[in-house]
Amino acid sequence: MTTQLLLVQALNGLQLGILLFLVAAGLTLVFGVMDFINLAHGVQYMLGAYLGAAFAAATGSFWLGLLLALPAALTVGLVLELLVFRHLYARDHLSQVLATFGVILFLNEAVKVVWGAAPLQVAIPPQLEGGIEIMPGLQYPLYRVAVLVAGVATALGLWWLVERTRAGMLVRAGATNAPMVSALGVDITRLFTLVFAFGAMLAGFAGVLAGPIFSVEPGMGDNVLILAFVVIVIGGIGSIRGAFVAALLVGLVDTLGKSLMPDLMRLFLDASAARQAGAALASMLVYVAMAAILAFRPAGLFPVRAG
Amino acid sequence: MREAWLPLAVLLALGLAPLAGFGGAYETTLMARAMILGMAAVALSFLVGGAGLVSLGHAASIGVGAYAVAILDAHGVTEAALVLPAAVGAATLFALATGAIAVRTTGVHFIMITLAFGQMAFFTASSLAAYGGDDGYTLFSRTEAFGTRLLEDRLAFHYICLGALALSWALSAMLLASRFGRVLRAVRENPQRVEAVGLAPYPFRLVAYGIAGGIGGLAGFLLANATEFVSPATLSWQRSGELLFMVILGGVGRLWGAILGALVFVMLETWLAEQMQHWKLVFGPMLVLAVLFLRGGLAGLVTPRHG
Repeated sequence: MTTQLLLVQALNGLQLGILLFLVAAGLTLVFGVMDFINLAHGVQYMLGAYLGAAFAAATGSFWLGLLLALPAALTVGLVLELLVFRHLYARDHLSQVLATFGVILFLNEAVKVVWGAAPLQVAIPPQLEGGIEIMPGLQYPLYRVAVLVAGVATALGLWWLVERTRAGMLVRAGATNAPMVSALGVDITRLFTLVFAFGAMLAGFAGVLAGPIFSVEPGMGDNVLILAFVVIVIGGIGSIRGAFVAALLVGLVDTLGKSLMPDLMRLFLDASAARQAGAALASMLVYVAMAAILAFRPAGLFPVRAG
Repeated sequence: MREAWLPLAVLLALGLAPLAGFGGAYETTLMARAMILGMAAVALSFLVGGAGLVSLGHAASIGVGAYAVAILDAHGVTEAALVLPAAVGAATLFALATGAIAVRTTGVHFIMITLAFGQMAFFTASSLAAYGGDDGYTLFSRTEAFGTRLLEDRLAFHYICLGALALSWALSAMLLASRFGRVLRAVRENPQRVEAVGLAPYPFRLVAYGIAGGIGGLAGFLLANATEFVSPATLSWQRSGELLFMVILGGVGRLWGAILGALVFVMLETWLAEQMQHWKLVFGPMLVLAVLFLRGGLAGLVTPRHG
C-alpha cells in the first residue's frame, strides 16, 4: 500500500461520498420534514442512471442526456408522490416502509422490462476523457474529478438554497416542527411535494453522474439506498450539513476499508479468505458506526429537532 | 381466542392437504416454504403487533439458524438433537446480543438499528469463505433425527413444519395473553405509565426480542433443511421486508394473520412467477394497494375487528 494508492482510494472515497450525499440530501429532507420513510428513494437514483444512459444513447451526447434526464427524474418523482406517497404521510412507518418497498419491486422490474437485465455501459463524455496528474507520476481520471467538482458545487448550491432563501427557511422550519409551520399558514403539503420532487431530481442527478463509473443495472439503487439511510442517521435526520459530513465519512470508510481491510486480514488469513473476509468487514464498518450512533447518540452528529 | 377457528381451520387444511391430493414434491415444497416463513412471520407479528417493535432485520435470525445448520454440517454434525438446539440457541443469542442495544431505541430508530444489525449479519455470512461465502453452501444431507433419515421423508417433513408452525403460534399467542404479554402491550401503548406503575420496560422488550429471534432460528433450521442450501440471500434486507409484508398483509395485531399472510404471499408469488416473467410488475403495485386499502389486513377482511 503506497501513498499514491492511498491517495487514489481516498479520492474515490470522497467521490462515492459526494454521490451518497446527493442521494441522502433528498432522503433526509423528506424524512425530516414529513417524517416519511421512503425506501423508494434508491430507485430514483437508478432511474436517473437509466434515463441518463437512454437519453445519451438517443441524442449521442452525454450532456444532452444529463439535461433531459433531470426534468424526467423530477417528473417521475412528482408522479410517484401524487400516486402513492401522498397517501402515506399520515400513516405509520410500517405502512410507509411496505408501500415504498412495493414501489421498489415494481420499478426494478420495470427497468428490466424496458432496458433488459444486462448492465448498460455509459461512455464518458469526450471532453472529460483521460486523466490529470494530481501528483508527479500519478494520473487520476478526469471524469471522476469532474464528478467531485459537480457534487461539491451542488452541495454548495443546496446549502445556499436551504440556509439563505425563503423556501429553504420553510424547509428547515418544517424539519424542526412541521405542525407549527402548518399552523402559521404555510401549505405544508405543497412544500413537501416540492421538496420531494427536488430530492428525486438530486438522486437522479447522482445516478446520471454515476452512470459512466459504475455499471447501470436493475437493483443498483438498493445498496445506495441503504448506505444513504446510514448517512442520514449518522448525520442527524433532516440535517443537510450532517448528511454532507456523514456522506463523506461513509464514502471514505467504505472505500478505504474495502482496499485496506483485505491487506490487514492477510496478516491472519490466506489470500482468498482474506479478500472475502476483508471486503465483508469493510462493508460492515459503516453499519457498526450507524448502530453505535443510534445506541449512544440517537439524534445523530448534527441533531435538528430540539428535545 | 374467539377468532381461533380460522387459524385452526388453516392449520387443519395444511394438515389434510397432503392426504387430499396435494402430497406431491412440488406442493409439499411450496407448503413447507410457506409454513416456515409463516413461523418467522408469526414471531415478527408478536414483535410488531405485541411489543410495537418494527424490526427490519428479522431475516437475520432465520439466517443465523440456517447458518448454524450449514456450519455444523460442514463439520460433520448432522444430529438434530445437537443441531436444532444450536440453531435456536444461536439465533436467540444473536437476538439478545443485538437486542440489548436495539431495544433501547424506539420507532424509526429501531427500524434503522435492526436494519444495521441485519446488514452486519448479511456481510458476515458473505465473508464466511469456508462455508461458501457469497455463493452459499449446499448441505451434504438433511439433518438426521436420532440417527434416522426422518427429515428426508416428504410427508414427515411436512408435518414437522406444520407442528413447528402450530407451536410457534401457540407459544406467541400464550405469551401475548399472559402477564408478560400484557406488560409488553402496555409498554407499546405508553412506556412512561408502565414505568410509573413500577415496571422497567427494557427487560420485557429484550426478552420478547430474544424469543422472536429463537423462533426465527427454528424457522432457519427448517428452511436450511427444506432447501438443503444456505446463502447470504437468506439474510438480505429484502427478505426482512418480505416478512414485514406478510405480517401487514395478514393484519397487524392478530398473530394468526401472519400465517395467513405468509401463505397468501408464497402462493401469490409462486403463481404470479409461473404466469409471467415479470411478475414483480404486478406484485409491487399489489403490495402498495394492500397497504393503502387493506388496513386491517386479510384477518380484518375475514373477521372485522369490533369495539
